[in-house]
Amino acid sequence: MMDVLKKVPVREQEPAVRACNFDEVCLGYNQEEAMAEAARCINCKNAQCVKGCPVAIDIPGFIEQIKNGNMEEAYRILSRSSALPAVCGRVCPQESQCEGKCIRGIKGEPISIGKLERFAADWAGEHQIRPEGAKEKKGKKVAVIGSGPAGLTCAGDLARMGYDVTIFEALHEAGGVLVYGIPEFRLPKETVVRREIANVKELGVTIETDVVIGKSTTIDELMEEEGFDAVFIGSGAGLPKFMGIPGEQANGVFSANEYLTRSNLMKAFDENAATPIMHGKKVAVVGGGNVAMDAARTALRLGSEVHIVYRRSEEELPARVEEVHHAKEEGIIFDLLTNPVEILADENGWVNGIKCVRMELGEPDESGRRRPVTVPGSEFVIDVDMVIMSLGTSPNPLISSTTEGLEVNRWKCIIADEERGRTTKEGVFAGGDAVTGAATVILAMGAGKAAAQGIDEYLRGK
Amino acid sequence: MFQILEARELTENIYLMVVEAKRVAKSCWPGQFVIVRMDDAGERIPLTICDYDREAGTVTIVFQGVGAETKRMAALRAGDSFRDFVGPLGCASELIAEDKEVLKQKKILFVAGGVGTAPVYPQVKWLHENGVAADVIVGAKTKELLILEDEMKAVAGNLYVTTNDGSYGRSGMVTQTIQDLVEKEGKTYDVCIAIGPMIMMKFVCKMTEQLHIPTVVSLNPIMVDGTGMCGACRVTVGGEVKFACVDGPEFDGHKVDFDQAMKRQQIYKTAEGRALLKLQEGDTHHGGCGNCGGDR
Repeated sequence: MMDVLKKVPVREQEPAVRACNFDEVCLGYNQEEAMAEAARCINCKNAQCVKGCPVAIDIPGFIEQIKNGNMEEAYRILSRSSALPAVCGRVCPQESQCEGKCIRGIKGEPISIGKLERFAADWAGEHQIRPEGAKEKKGKKVAVIGSGPAGLTCAGDLARMGYDVTIFEALHEAGGVLVYGIPEFRLPKETVVRREIANVKELGVTIETDVVIGKSTTIDELMEEEGFDAVFIGSGAGLPKFMGIPGEQANGVFSANEYLTRSNLMKAFDENAATPIMHGKKVAVVGGGNVAMDAARTALRLGSEVHIVYRRSEEELPARVEEVHHAKEEGIIFDLLTNPVEILADENGWVNGIKCVRMELGEPDESGRRRPVTVPGSEFVIDVDMVIMSLGTSPNPLISSTTEGLEVNRWKCIIADEERGRTTKEGVFAGGDAVTGAATVILAMGAGKAAAQGIDEYLRGK
Repeated sequence: MFQILEARELTENIYLMVVEAKRVAKSCWPGQFVIVRMDDAGERIPLTICDYDREAGTVTIVFQGVGAETKRMAALRAGDSFRDFVGPLGCASELIAEDKEVLKQKKILFVAGGVGTAPVYPQVKWLHENGVAADVIVGAKTKELLILEDEMKAVAGNLYVTTNDGSYGRSGMVTQTIQDLVEKEGKTYDVCIAIGPMIMMKFVCKMTEQLHIPTVVSLNPIMVDGTGMCGACRVTVGGEVKFACVDGPEFDGHKVDFDQAMKRQQIYKTAEGRALLKLQEGDTHHGGCGNCGGDR
């Protein structure tokens, strides 16, 4: 007999096996498991889960359809609110959103909403179910800059409303962070990301790759010369940060962005790929966010012994609990309360160690987290031949510096209101990491959605 | 897809291609670069723009077949296409933004080495079109390896060719010619722009520092995206870390840490060597590269 207080467990690849391959870690529910999990949902009238979802998916609605075995309808409900359900089911922090608010979660475990979303979206993909496009065209053109989660969502929503949408992507492949940042083992590119992007194209969206806005052309030119009536900027996070400590320019020190882009976008994890990647014997990944976990688990799969070096304690790790759990299971070593002060290199300039100090937690700082303080005289060296810096990013000035009247805040992020994504320039909207600084896929999608609504209102009022 | 309209070998292992790329041609300036990718399996290769035709919508690139990927690219012919051709990337040469009248008063010296002659050409051409005659030194190992001589002659004030082996023009390194021009031939220069192999730029900078000529160099470090996202191209300039793709590629040569930049260019040498070995040996490759396991 099934325990209604517990989630139907989801099948995963064994840690020892998956540590040596790039296949997806989580195998997801099959139909029987999904229906059993869906049956746990009590279909609350005043559903809290929906309030926890940045794109307000009708969660009880789609779960009800799964319970009844009506998978196509479940997908239709999802696709009304989200352009990327197969992605969200995998990478959203459900524990602090929908599942965090689930009434079932008060006494027992919440409904496994993410895994159910993933199931319905994958089922639709396997059965060639496509989202439905607009019935009528509005005859107005919108340019979307960046094909990451914010851009794809905004473009998808606008296309469904009947606008002619063109996405401009700087890289050679659409998907933004979904293709260059998040690894294959967490988000399969061919079966999940490409399929979702094909669905967005199915809605009538055109994607032009190899266009760097701010260089190849500008927002002003798009509006004045190419006839776009409105623009959405979803250009993403930007330039990787480094610590500014001695030795950071040594050979074998990489930003997580570079390391992950080589592996994910350029497929360097495959030894037949044209793009090389360094295979370290022992690697230190500095930082504790989701990107750090992705870089660490990638290095592990490429055969390295991997240490996460983080200056605060486990409690403060910004990464999702599930990612930390998976990393530990696979054998990543966590050197917590440890802060690098110098990277050591041999006479040819190659990394051969990272000098660190021990930290202890003092009083809470402005972020509310206890401030790490150096323990005097605690210097020590970890022998590593490679270091990956995963310290976040600072905004890319390419667009803001080339667009007349587009203002940025003191952190150089584009200023846009939360409600509709309106910037300081008429007809130009923005959302996602370009506005907030590095955040999550789903928050970017929420911003893309809000901006689509803002653009629709703006163009209808024109 | 970006169609190749013209493809030819300029000299042994150096190739010129004219590519249809309307957006790049419309907005590029001398000093900027593009990233090309041959096909879906290809690597992203950064190349400095050699020429452009805004009306025809074409951009000219010149590259040397050094690694597996550029050797593969060398086989492309007119009518073939690049899968990707993105740009323009990086900042334009600072000369472009200068007041034209001020520029006309300036004595400008370009120093080009080997395949670096290609990115020097559009700058000299642009100056020529704006009524500025710049002197140009072109260095090559031998007469046979000299490229774009006629093109350069047509736009330069004075063109000084020097070959390492003395087989053509002057004899010796470009640094010798700089020194001779200034110390023996009474030339003075307000600014020098040097583009070529890293080692050449390092020694040109040493020479011009001695001669008190401010010098700009164009760096070509390892890159992935070319838009500031990866940080692979970071270089130290005047003690500060800069990203060549967005802050450069041109920098004050007297402030660049060349030794570090040269070390950083070695990062993937082994991997590149293995890839080249595999390409050269084709189906006969059964090991020895230490990577494929064929000899295990």
